[in-house]
Amino acid sequence: MKINYACSSAEHQVARRQFLGSMAAGAGMMAGGLGVFTSRAAAEQLRSDQKRIVVFNMHGGLSQLESWDPKPGTDTGGPFLSIPTSVPGIHVSELLPQTAQQMHHLCLVRGVNTSEDDHGKGAYMMMTGRRQTPAGNFPQIGAVAAKALTPSDSVLPGHIQITPGGSGGRGNDSAYLGPKYSSVSLGNGNPPQNTTRPENMAEASDAARQEFRRQQNERFLNRRRTAVTEAFAYSYEQAEQLMRQRDVFDVTKEPPEDVERYGSHDFGRHCLLARRLLEKGITSVQVSHSNYDTHNENFNFHIEQMGEFDRSFSCFVADMAARGMLDSTLIVVLSEFGRTPNINQYYGRDHWSKAWSVCLAGCRIPRGIAYGKTNANGTAVEDGQVDHGSLFHTYLQATGVDSSGSFDIDGRDMPIADPSTAAVTALLT
Amino acid sequence: MTIIPDGYDPKQAHVVSEWPHERPLNACRFDPAGRFVFCGSEDAAVERFNLADGVRKIMNGGHQTWVKAIAMSKDGSLAISGGCDGKLTWWESAAAEPKPIRTIDAHKGWIRSLEVSPDGTLLVSGGNDNIVRLWNINDGSLVRELTGHPRHVYSVGFHPNGDSVLSGDLIGGLKQWETATGKEIRIFDATPLHSYNGGQQVDFGGIRSIAVSPDGKWLVAGGLYKATNPLGAVHEPLVLLFDLESQKLEKQLIAEGITKGVIWRLKWLSDGSIMGLSGGGDGGFLLFWKPDAEKDYHRFKLPSLARDMDLHADGLQVATAHYDKHLRVTRLAAKAT
Repeated sequence: MKINYACSSAEHQVARRQFLGSMAAGAGMMAGGLGVFTSRAAAEQLRSDQKRIVVFNMHGGLSQLESWDPKPGTDTGGPFLSIPTSVPGIHVSELLPQTAQQMHHLCLVRGVNTSEDDHGKGAYMMMTGRRQTPAGNFPQIGAVAAKALTPSDSVLPGHIQITPGGSGGRGNDSAYLGPKYSSVSLGNGNPPQNTTRPENMAEASDAARQEFRRQQNERFLNRRRTAVTEAFAYSYEQAEQLMRQRDVFDVTKEPPEDVERYGSHDFGRHCLLARRLLEKGITSVQVSHSNYDTHNENFNFHIEQMGEFDRSFSCFVADMAARGMLDSTLIVVLSEFGRTPNINQYYGRDHWSKAWSVCLAGCRIPRGIAYGKTNANGTAVEDGQVDHGSLFHTYLQATGVDSSGSFDIDGRDMPIADPSTAAVTALLT
Repeated sequence: MTIIPDGYDPKQAHVVSEWPHERPLNACRFDPAGRFVFCGSEDAAVERFNLADGVRKIMNGGHQTWVKAIAMSKDGSLAISGGCDGKLTWWESAAAEPKPIRTIDAHKGWIRSLEVSPDGTLLVSGGNDNIVRLWNINDGSLVRELTGHPRHVYSVGFHPNGDSVLSGDLIGGLKQWETATGKEIRIFDATPLHSYNGGQQVDFGGIRSIAVSPDGKWLVAGGLYKATNPLGAVHEPLVLLFDLESQKLEKQLIAEGITKGVIWRLKWLSDGSIMGLSGGGDGGFLLFWKPDAEKDYHRFKLPSLARDMDLHADGLQVATAHYDKHLRVTRLAAKAT
């Protein structure tokens, strides 16, 4: 992927159509391997206004009936009751007692219809806002947000994924935005791999070899600059910064009382880490909670999983609000789809994309509302239908990104979101 | 000494009755007096079926949501239902229009299992608040709380002499408690009935049923194992046979060929056999074991997947609660000629 650097003016390094609706977009130039703003004042302004996004990915397909859109007393409702929330008239599943008390910060989107019951395809659609096509690949919301919202002089990665397990590494989720915006995975919430200096290497020796590498990179980049070489150079600089700022990723630095509040399980620790990362300036964080693909014993498993989620998520939302971060942080709770209203012979629920729910909060999202409606037993959307494409636009618009704009990729305008659809205006204040 | 009823022969088992309901059934219990079968289903009612003719009476007003457990008083005059709303409701079992006699908030979360003591004075309940409770069956007052299970209590039962209570939880903890004091007497290792799937990040299994042999020698605990795909219902039925006194695990009773099933209930039969209900992707089965062999000596395939089972006081009739919205009665004897 070549980048047209024939003209190195700042103007040519931003998209032709401004993608930051309300913000002055800075253009990053590689200097010493790191981008800097052409205007320091603009950079500082951008940072103070910096919007962030956190996605809670309920892996496998959270049941809307056991969470955001309960239907107690119906043939599809299952055994759980609904409970009132902090917003009169809005009820959620009894499995969310603590989250119910944060409802005044939340927005339930109950009319999601994505018409895709395959795990991989559904996840792709929800993460990219588009259907997968053989013709091309699209960047995930975290990568898009990282590119659109991260200050160019940020020394930390803009896109972090906290996964339930695994060893970490780099994701492949930024498509044409390039590897610079691919996610850095924190396997089981651990700091990035290989971010400590080998014990047998003196600090001075390390500094000398880094300087030598930098000189060679500069020489090379002056003649043959591409997105790949730029990302290659950037990754080294980023790694060096990661080594210096490893504490950013160390959740054990958080107060013990917060660890207790969030819960001693992995998801609690991951949510607390997400709070830490956002506070330290990371633009985009994704936390996965697994596993909701409950074809068997849906109710037993949702008791387990929602119990963890409720405690940690409610603490997270409350903390975002208490710390004044909700105005600048978009919270999205999504899955690849919901689960069938029908209860199968194993007390399970299967894949269901026709009528399910997403939970939002923060930035321009209205607070304390339930938007959209399903019918009495949850089999169809009756009002306020939305899909993956309109939601993707909405996420970006909520953070101040003009989602009708484009990224300039190698001289080509690449629409930030699916141009055939638009944001849900009722979900934006 | 248990008397083997005339005609008893599990190998001649056959369905004699099936009665429909509007919703899938979760639970069933015979009236000890032999008149009714009471059921819980995927709704908030209790259903009463006349055993003689299948006439059904819907018993409303006792619960807000699903009924998962039912117990009968020793004389059959009372039915007690336990719901996913955490409530226990007492019913006059033979009333023409049964109404709740008493409803109490018994547990925080589901009540999964109930049983009445052999002397008929106590009811034991277990549920999702990890607590086992003993109740006075006559007035519904709390007699004792048995605490110590770290996870949901899946099953409860009494020793045939009534001196002790047994309870099993999700992660394979099987405890024996002294009825009179609530003191924990023994812990049995039933962890083969639990597994944690790291890929799916779920605890799974649990002790779904407990039964002590009439002579007090054996304890069986049923559930599942080989849970290669918990979220996809891939697991096999398993029964653990313990020597109650020594606590030694004597045998693991299996059902070869049933690769998708779980033991929902266990009952001791008059000839010393163990009868287990397996329900799962392979369908519904009544499985029959002897304590001296690991493999079932007979299995009867039910018409569809069942979720609960009970044995009539006559030792011949077996009620099963089915997902296909039917209550069925199977007779462990040859068909009438």
